[in-house]
Order: sequence, then structure tokens, then C-alpha cells
Amino acid sequence: MSLLSVRDLCVKFAMRDQNVTALNGISFDLDRGERLGIVGESGAGKSITGFAILNLLSKPGYIAGGKISFDGEEITQMDDKTLRHLRGNRIAMIFQDPMVTLNPVLTIGQQMVETLKAHRRISRADAEKISVMKLREVYIPAPEERLRQYPHELSGGMRQRIIIAMALLLDPQLIIADEPTTALDVTIQADIMELLLELCQSNKVSLILITHDLGVVSQMTERTLVMYAGRIIEAGKTREIINDPQHPYTQGLINALPQQTRPGERLQQIPGNMPGIASIPKGCAFHPRCQYAVEVCRTKVPDIVNLGPVEVACHEVQRMNVAEVLA
Amino acid sequence: MFAYLVKRFFQAIAVMFVISLISFAIQDNLGDPLRELVGQSVSEEVRQQLRDELGLNDSFLKQYGRFAWNALHGDLGTSYFFKEPALTVILKKLPATLELVFGATLIIIGLSIPLGVYTAIRPNSLATRVIMGLSIIGISIPVFLTAILMIFLFAVELRMLPSYGRGDLVHLFGYWSTNFGSWDGLKHIFMPSLALASIMLPLFIRLIRSEMMETLESEYVKYAYAKGIAPRRIWFVHALKNTLLPVITVGGVQIGTMVAYTILTETVFQWPGMGFMFLEAVNRVDTPLIVAYLIVVGFIFVVTNTIVDLIYGLVNPTINLARMS
Amino acid sequence: MNSIAMDAPLTRWQRFKKSNLVYDFRRNPVAIVSFTIFLVIVLASVFAGLIAPFDPYDPRQLDIMNSELPPVWQSGGDDLFLFGTDAQGRDLWSAILYGTRISLIIGICAVALQAFIGISIGLVAGYVGGRTDNLLMRIADVQLSFSTLMVAIIFLAVSQAMFGTETFNKYALFMLVAVIGIAEWPQYARTVRATVLAEKKKEYVDAARVLGFGPLRIMLRHILPNSISPIFVISTVQVANAIISEASLSFLGLGMPVSQPSLGSLISSGFDYIFSGSWWITAIPGIILVVLVLVINLLGDWLRDVLNPKLYKG
Repeated sequence: MSLLSVRDLCVKFAMRDQNVTALNGISFDLDRGERLGIVGESGAGKSITGFAILNLLSKPGYIAGGKISFDGEEITQMDDKTLRHLRGNRIAMIFQDPMVTLNPVLTIGQQMVETLKAHRRISRADAEKISVMKLREVYIPAPEERLRQYPHELSGGMRQRIIIAMALLLDPQLIIADEPTTALDVTIQADIMELLLELCQSNKVSLILITHDLGVVSQMTERTLVMYAGRIIEAGKTREIINDPQHPYTQGLINALPQQTRPGERLQQIPGNMPGIASIPKGCAFHPRCQYAVEVCRTKVPDIVNLGPVEVACHEVQRMNVAEVLA
Repeated sequence: MFAYLVKRFFQAIAVMFVISLISFAIQDNLGDPLRELVGQSVSEEVRQQLRDELGLNDSFLKQYGRFAWNALHGDLGTSYFFKEPALTVILKKLPATLELVFGATLIIIGLSIPLGVYTAIRPNSLATRVIMGLSIIGISIPVFLTAILMIFLFAVELRMLPSYGRGDLVHLFGYWSTNFGSWDGLKHIFMPSLALASIMLPLFIRLIRSEMMETLESEYVKYAYAKGIAPRRIWFVHALKNTLLPVITVGGVQIGTMVAYTILTETVFQWPGMGFMFLEAVNRVDTPLIVAYLIVVGFIFVVTNTIVDLIYGLVNPTINLARMS
Repeated sequence: MNSIAMDAPLTRWQRFKKSNLVYDFRRNPVAIVSFTIFLVIVLASVFAGLIAPFDPYDPRQLDIMNSELPPVWQSGGDDLFLFGTDAQGRDLWSAILYGTRISLIIGICAVALQAFIGISIGLVAGYVGGRTDNLLMRIADVQLSFSTLMVAIIFLAVSQAMFGTETFNKYALFMLVAVIGIAEWPQYARTVRATVLAEKKKEYVDAARVLGFGPLRIMLRHILPNSISPIFVISTVQVANAIISEASLSFLGLGMPVSQPSLGSLISSGFDYIFSGSWWITAIPGIILVVLVLVINLLGDWLRDVLNPKLYKG
């Protein structure tokens, strides 16, 4: 049985005169110890997916339908107390910007100890010992001193390491990392990613890595979901998706990588912008930007179909696949 | 930390200097000390002689210098009306005003924090709507009107509380006389304190509420929820401290306003404090007393502001180290 | 080429009617009621000359025999005097009408003055920046910490003592406007400065500069219109505060004299009489004052909520 099973997840935002859909029919599975990437541009709904799993959506967002099953328990049906038991304990989150994630008026020690004390009966001294141990695991020098320090005394990279340590405090089964390196210096990004990879592997923790960076995803994850305008449009083994993307959007993303362009050539961009939540086109949301779009793309939302190594939601791809099979 | 202290200290001195300058300028131009001393029926010659003796014909700077020197030694002139040193008169009235301010502050802190926090946590409850409604009405009623209303309700109609004066006082340490020592004293101080608090209370409730609501939207609060921390702890440990920091700053600024409101409140309740004394001094054109009041109030103001700044510097962890590094 | 049909451009008034502001106003009962009451009060005070049955400034119309008559609905009341009379026999209703007019004039003029000074300083400080900005903001900070009321009390008290009561009363209106106007400019300055700093970074400012527009023109015609929203919001609160300040000052005897009373002085004149039972001299002007300030505050709150660029209104 998979650790996490999401079926038909629907998230909406209750705006003044209407409800807009942010996530539409998201479904995926995650096994124990597996590392999954969720990729897409800003606004695609990746972060929302991450927050929805913990039912942490800020108003006016709410889960409008679907199931989220974690280790056999149904998250959408949980009451607050059970949810709290889950958060930080069996599912931990890493937020995007370490500069604002930590409370500026509390010491690192206070913020780590409280996490432990929230879920275990444990003395402060013991909690501090565990904290120091975890800080060592993320290679923070002089960990005991850090406990007494305030967040603003530390660099961005150090703060993110501490946050990773905090995520591991209670030995969770799943870590959801929402763009964990976007706000950091490029030079630090690689370090943090390596650290995260190492820890997930050694502690056998499942990871959902939410990012817009395909390079990161190719290094860190075993499987990937590509999201666009609130839907999954391609899913499968990361290697397959990177090497042989099927969906026009994914192809566009790969082609847009600077590594794909020879020096002196123009960078290849996908024309247009991703539509805002309130103005998603009918049919396939990508059709206005897609060079292969045909009539059916304008009217019918493509289903996500299993095509062997990957699953793709695209009329053309499905048509071509059928043609191949028949041929 | 030290550099911060020094800087604030010099700032305080600078402000006091400006206040004393203005006060002296007022004294110089207001009223005729000679008239108070010797009356009308003295010849012009004798007048001029007296002016020379009193140093009233000296240059502005010289007179100011004398004024400042005296002030630093505790001599702020002699009240025309009371025929006593102005400082003595003020110090006699000081406990009354300070206790009034103290009572009001107790009410404000004691009520605004719980109410502010509650209205932030439960923004849509009936109680919140009631509290916010009362707040806006409270802001719209000037201090003196609230005072009058209270007097009318509690003193005239219901006859539960006295409508003027300090009542029975308990004397401490030979100097201080307190209202908090006797039941009658408490009955007397209740309404004035409440009236004084009535303008600031809604302000603070709204301030705490809006700061708290903003803090509750911050990333670190969301993160605390993601860690599974209990809501109680999130409200009172994570959010409250961050909320109160800017409130301390605003509170410091409101102290100046509070002083002005004591004048109004004391007038309505005939409370024998500094504010009432000041107003009477104005009506009698008792210049030395007016000037002495300005200096004393300026001093209290500067001292309290500096203390508030210090408290803020101590409480806010990000400030201290910025100074040290 | 496609022929694209274009709608005729809407006039300013039409755009306003369709705007978010009007939409929200229509659906908000509190805003509608507040605005109506405010309008009624303003109109009543503007047309006080037509509505008031008596002229409260005319000593010949006063008869001491009429003093302290209760309002018409109480026993002992006289049909001539709707809200009764004060200690001098003046019709309270007329006095209130004229008094409200004075309170409103002082409130609005004082705020106009504050706004003028504050916006000018804010524009300059924000646009010029550097040491000028530092200096101006320092001064603003210091001024902010001295409460307006305190400064006003001192200034007016000293003026009254220096010039004597008669001269003082002649110029009371102007002095009140001046004091309240000058004391509160920092609020405007700060807000405008913040907007200027934000707008300065935007491209249209660079564009204007490149086109050769002088700083004054850029400030006035380009940056200022973008800071109108916060200015409006502050102004409502400031008018309410100015009215309250003036009332407090008049109550202390440092504002409008009893011969030319504002609401504050009316309340003050009636204070001593509440103990002897003539509650209406203080209470009725008091109620009007509170209602006036309340509706202004409510409108200000509503305006703040509506003009706040938050996309969520759940």
C-alpha cells in the first residue's frame, strides 16, 4: 500500500462573487521512501497541492472534493486534533523562504524544542539534546550555541539547514519541501539539495519536492508530476520525462532550459503566459500556447492517459499513440 | 546597547533644551512680574530700579541662562497665586495626576490585550462585532463627554459614585497621598481613571487587533501550524510577542496624548492634579506656574519616552544585536 | 484587417458610477446610513440661516426669562423652543445648528491646511530624498510625539493670556484652524512620502523624466494622483479628530467663546447645570457631536476597507 494516495483532489478559492478552481482532479500515489517531484510555473498549483495534503490552505482556499489518504487514514475527514498530530510529526513541511519562516522573536532552541514537545512527552533537556543531534546531522557547526541564537543572527543557508533539521526532529514519514532553495543563493542551493537528498536516503523518508527547477528535479527525484493551470498534464519516471517529454508543455519547458541552447542562439521560450486562476481557457488549458492545438483541444479537457512509461494529458499525444499502436 | 543609550540620552537633552527655551520665551512675554510684586501704585523710577535689580533688563540670552541655571537647581520661580515656589505647588499635585494615569493605564493594559487578541482570533463572532462597535463609538466620544456622561449616570442618577474630588486619602512616606488605600479613595478614582482610559482603550484594542491579524497571516505562523503546534501556543507565544512590539512604540507616542487628556479629565472631575492646576493657572495668568508646568510635563514626557524606547530595545531581540555589531 | 468595434469612451462620472467604490457602497447599509446622516447634518448646518427659528448671536432676541426651559417634549417646555433653552435663554436648536456649522468649518478647514502642508512636505521629502528627507522626517517624528491636543492647549492658553480674552475670542476660529492645521501635518507627510517612494521606482516616472518634465510637474501630475486613496482615508479620520479636538479645546474655554459657540462650547456651558437638572443643555449638543463624529469615523472605516487592494473579500 502506498504511503500517500491522492485521488481527484479539488481545491477552490471562495472569492467575492464566485468560487474559482485552483486544483482540478489531482491524483497521484507516493510509496514509502519514494521521492516525487512536482514541477510547474508559478501559479500552476504546486504549492497549493503541498499545503492541501496537510489541510493547511489559507483562506479563502478550501478542499472542495477528493480524497487524500495517508498511511491508510483519510486526511480530508480528520478533525483538528488528529491533523495537528500529523503535522510536523509524521508529515513535515519545509517552506520556501528561510528568512521569514522562523519567528524572529524566539530563539532557535525554543522553536525546535516546542516542535518536539508538541508531539512527545519529553523534558526540555532531552528535547534540546535531540535538537543538537539533528543540527549535527545537517552539518551545522557549534549546534549548542545555535540553540541560544535568534534567526536574524544566522545566514539564509544556515536557516534553511535548521529548518530541514526541524523537519527531521520527529522522524517523519514524509517531507513536503516547497521550493526549498528558490530564495537562496545559487551557490548554497546545490549544498542544500545534496543535504536533503542524503538525509532522505539515509532516513528512508518519502519526499515531495515542489519546484519550478527541472534541473533540481532531475537530480533529486525518482518520479515527477508536471502541473499546468491546476491539473497534472504529465506524470512518470523523472528520467523518462526529462529525456523524452511527451506533452508539448513539458517539451517547451525542457527546450527552454539554457543547457538546451547552443551559445549564440536565442533561448527558446514558450509563447504567452500561464493563465491566471480566474481565466483558465476552455478545453485544454494549454491550447492557446500550443503549436499542435487542434479543434478538440479547444473544447474538451484531455484525460490523463497511461502511455507506458508516462501518463500524459494531451489529445494529440494520445491520438499519435493510438496511431502508432494501430500501425 | 550602550551606544543606543547614549544616543537616546542626548536626544532627550536636546528636546528638554528646546522645551526650556520655548517655556522661557513664553515667560518672558507673558504677564508682568513687577505688577504681581508691587502692584500699580509705585512710581516709574522705582519700577525701573526694580527691573534692574531683578535682572529684567538684561539680554535674552543672559536671562535665559539664569532661568536654565535656576531650573537645574530646582527653582522654577514663584507662583503669583499660591505665593509658593512653583515647583512645590506642582509636586504637591503630582501624586494625584500620576495615580490617575496609573489607574487608566491599568485599565487600558488589562482590557486591551485580551480584547484585542480575542477580536483578532475570532473576527466573526458576535462578541467581536459588539466590541468593535463599542470601540468605534468610544473613539467618537471625546474624553470630556464620556466623563460628563459617567458623572450623570453614576453620580447624579444612580448616586453610586462621587462626582468630584479625590475623597479619603491614605498618606505614605510623608509625601505621597494615595487613593488606593481606602474604599472611598477607590470609589473616587474609579470614574476619572475609566474616563481617561476611554479614548485610548478603543485605540489600543483596534491596534492590537490589526497587528495580531497581520501577524497571524505571516509565514512563521503558518509554519508553526505546519509543525503541529497547538493554536493556544501559536496565539500567545508566537503571535502575541510580535504583535506587542509595535504596540509598545505606539504606546510611547500616546503618552503625550495622555497628558493632554488628564487636563480635560481633571477639569471635569475637579480632580486636584497638575492638569487642573494648569488650567486654573492659565485663567489667572499665573505665568511662573504655567512655565513650571510646561517644564515638568516636558521632563516627564522625555523621560517616559526614553524609558519606552529602552524597553523596546530590550524586548526586541533584533534591536540589541544591531547595536552591538 | 479586423474591424474591432470599440465602445465609446466612458465619461469620468460614468466610470465612477460603475466603479468598485459605488458597487460596495450600495451593498453596505452602514455606509449608506452613515453617509445619509452626514449629508443631513452638513446640509442642516449650511442652511442654518434658513432653518433656525432664532439667531443665537443676536442679544436682542434673548430674554433671560426664557432661560433653562426644557425641551418641548418635557413638562414645562415651550413650543417655541424645540430643544429648550440654555442658561441665557438662547434657543438650543438654533445654537446647535450654528454651532455644528462652526465645528464643521473648523474641522474641514483645519484638515485642508494639514493636508496642504503635509502633502507638500511629503512630496518633497519622498521625491528629493537624501538629507532633506531625513531632516523632514525627523521633524515629523518629533512633532508626532507631541500630542496635538497638548500643543494646542499650550498655544491657545498662552495666546489667550497674552492677548486677553476679547481679542482672543475675535480670532478664535482662525487660531483653532491654524493650530489644529499646523500640528497634524506629519500624518499626511508620512503617508504621501511612502507612496512617493513606492512610485518613484516605477517606470512611468523615469519616462516622464526622460521626456524632460520638471520635478514639480512629475510630482503633481503623475505621482500625486496615485496617492489619492490613502489621502482620502486619512482625511476622514482627521476630520473626525479635528472636530473632537476643537470640541475639547472649546470645552476647556480655550476655543470658541460662548457668544459664538461651537458644539464644544455649548456642552461646556451646560456642564454646571446637569446637577440642577437642566441636562439638555449639555446632552443634546453632546449627542449631535457624537453622532457627527461617529458617522465620519464609520465612513472612514468603510473607505479604508473598500480602497484596500486585497483581492479577498470572503
